[in-house]
Amino acid sequence: MNNLLEKWEKLQDTPLNLKSRIFTFIASLSVILTFLFPLWRMQFFATFYPDGLKLYIYSYKLEGGKTAGRDDLREINVLNHYIGMKPLSQSDFAEFTYLPFVFGALGLLTLRAVVLGKISTVIDLIVMYIYVGLFSLIDFYNKLYTYGHNLAPDAPIKVQPFTPPLFGKKLIAQFTVYSYPDLGSAGILLAIIFLGLALIFSGKEAKI
Amino acid sequence: MKRQIQIALGILIVFISVALVFHSCKPKEVVKTEVAEAALATYVPPGDLDEFYLFYSGGHSGQIFVAGIPSMRHIATIPVFTPYPSTGYGFDKETKEMLGGYTWGDAHHPALSETNGDYDGRWLFINDNANNRIARIDLKDFKVKQILGPIPNLSGNHGSTFVTENTEYVTIATRFSVPIPKGTYVPVEEYAKRYHGIVALVEVDPNTGEMRMDEKHGFQVLMPPFNFDLGDAGKGPSRDWVFWTCYNSERATGILEITASQNDRDYIAAVNWKKAEEYLKAGKYKIISGVRVIDPKEAPGVVYLLPCAKSPHGVDVSPDGKWIVGSGKLQSITTVYNFEKMLKAIENKDFVGEEDGIPVLRYESVREAEVPVGLGPLHTQFDDKGYAYTSLFVESAIAKWKLGTWEVVDKIPIAYNIGHLCIPEGDTKHPAGKYLIALNKLSHGRHLPVGPSQPEASQLIDITGEKMRLLYDAFTEPEPHYAQAIRADKLKDKVIEVYQKGIDNKNPNAIWDEKDAKIVRKGNTVEVWMIAVRSRFQPWKIEVNQGDKVIIYLTNIEQTTDELHGFAICEYNINVVVDPGETKTIEFVANKPGVFPFYCTNFCSALHQEMQGYLLVKPRGGATAMK
Repeated sequence: MNNLLEKWEKLQDTPLNLKSRIFTFIASLSVILTFLFPLWRMQFFATFYPDGLKLYIYSYKLEGGKTAGRDDLREINVLNHYIGMKPLSQSDFAEFTYLPFVFGALGLLTLRAVVLGKISTVIDLIVMYIYVGLFSLIDFYNKLYTYGHNLAPDAPIKVQPFTPPLFGKKLIAQFTVYSYPDLGSAGILLAIIFLGLALIFSGKEAKI
Repeated sequence: MKRQIQIALGILIVFISVALVFHSCKPKEVVKTEVAEAALATYVPPGDLDEFYLFYSGGHSGQIFVAGIPSMRHIATIPVFTPYPSTGYGFDKETKEMLGGYTWGDAHHPALSETNGDYDGRWLFINDNANNRIARIDLKDFKVKQILGPIPNLSGNHGSTFVTENTEYVTIATRFSVPIPKGTYVPVEEYAKRYHGIVALVEVDPNTGEMRMDEKHGFQVLMPPFNFDLGDAGKGPSRDWVFWTCYNSERATGILEITASQNDRDYIAAVNWKKAEEYLKAGKYKIISGVRVIDPKEAPGVVYLLPCAKSPHGVDVSPDGKWIVGSGKLQSITTVYNFEKMLKAIENKDFVGEEDGIPVLRYESVREAEVPVGLGPLHTQFDDKGYAYTSLFVESAIAKWKLGTWEVVDKIPIAYNIGHLCIPEGDTKHPAGKYLIALNKLSHGRHLPVGPSQPEASQLIDITGEKMRLLYDAFTEPEPHYAQAIRADKLKDKVIEVYQKGIDNKNPNAIWDEKDAKIVRKGNTVEVWMIAVRSRFQPWKIEVNQGDKVIIYLTNIEQTTDELHGFAICEYNINVVVDPGETKTIEFVANKPGVFPFYCTNFCSALHQEMQGYLLVKPRGGATAMK
């Protein structure tokens, strides 16, 4: 038993080997994706929107698809007012102020691990990435639920409260709504995968 | 080691591809059809004629568009409320007087005249929502013969012109409420109590078609300040009744999209015009602004209210007159009312309340069925096989359902956002069926781009089979609302193409021979009797003094079809077109001195270019004053 614990402690303290450091470095680069691409995308198709209305959720902003003069965010808000849904607006999302900071911090900590990293640092990082990822997902679901369940009582069209889809396809009135993660979320998932690889490579080499 | 790197790279590639798939996920739902079958179904070979006439209302263009079905070809535009230089409408004295100074109208709902509940091909009525008028077109020559209005007391003649079973009346219902009589000032804060809506029936002379609303003809019913929307007259058992939907039973003002959408139910007003006639006979009415007005408080039995799903739009009576279909545009059902049950509920005084003395019937007692047609039902038309077709604006589709079983049997997506729909004779006792024309509000790039101002779309749908089948896209000028279609056989042989001398043209100022052409001066008025014939005007020279009133009686003495002549005077803003055998009066004051050519604007013959003459206007104070 003591032997096992000792081994475990030793494993934790094992510095990362070169390959693991390269993977950790790639993980830190993956985080950049969260700044370049949306985390999530929703698309709304109806007979008269054959090209679909698009909504992109970045870590720091909300953006509608743009075609010629049409801003889909505005369009979605115009449509939503009939059922009394609150307009989607940047200022209603506290997430946009702290999420980029959190992702930036994670990226920097990952970069730090490239230089100073031990196996335990990588484990910490994986836990943090998963935590931030899951927290964001739950928070996102909560937002969707809140928007779909706080409908103005004086709305012209009364609909049953609903939750827009978090993942996949759902029929909402005349709209088929698709909701999927975008490249930004892929950045987080990639970071976790590469940190996992870093862990495996150094762990295997430690041969404890 | 290398293997592990390969695995890592593998994972990366798979991941990126998955992400890219998510990123480019683009399902497309495009409304398309079987090309060859549709082409055969709509093709009308050169020289052949269409099976149906389609009369589109032209909306705020103020016109009516005539097309053929199934080719969907636009054949003619009938100018109604708007001057139209193409036919010279609104430039001659007669049509100018008819337009009464208005230069536009908002034409919504055409109604073909009916005999025994079927189209008889005599007249076409059309309302003007903006200036509260109704026009009558004679289908003998496709020309407007009468414009009635602005009609007293009413504002926003939207629920119009649906005719009663034998065209006894043309209907009216107000979209806006105002203080009555017009011209009365009442602050809008007192809307709920002191503003009024009006539903009304304009009497139609059975022989001449002349519409009359005065102290002896037609009548109005004073209504609460609801926004009346659309209507339909009963037929068969319900022939004595007219039905109108209304929204804003909240009696609200302001942002109506919210304030008028609060009640879960609004109403369909059912008006018994036979009963109203009894009150008229008994003298139980008031004269307001020269027309007879019945107050339902003092005339029980004339009006009842049927609760209808929130903010209803269309109300349509089935061919057998037993079912009244009302569609709440913010719901996903359409409600079918049973006319017999309605009578029974009235008999049993099965009321749940009243609005300004008008009894409200119990919904459960008058409703026969709620048909789950889909989102945003608006209008319903009927075919010859017992099916009803309801347009769905929000869902952008049409639902087909069976009368009696109330089952939805088919649905077809529409491009895009259908408003009214039209089945040939689909609102009569004997619908022709066969085709359905979807009158769509948006065309959204289903045509060559023509800039931001887009045409309206209408789609032809085959309804002969179990499944509806899209056949054809057509585009029109803005903006058809409702349209009606009539079997061409009922109409085409009655239409004249030449005004025969002495038969169709009885104008006392018509002349038929060049010899009779003359210019007569009476004081400051110069009267000209002029003929137009290939390729000359006679007289070709009109000499007047500046300030003279000039009256030209222009007769096109041709008796051959399609020999039209135009008559335009340069810089005098005048262009009339006279059809073969037609006489028109052109009246103006020659206030601009100088020499002004006049010429034929409607190409007529090989020497059309030569068909011209001069208006010479001598300046006041002699010829030298020109300098």
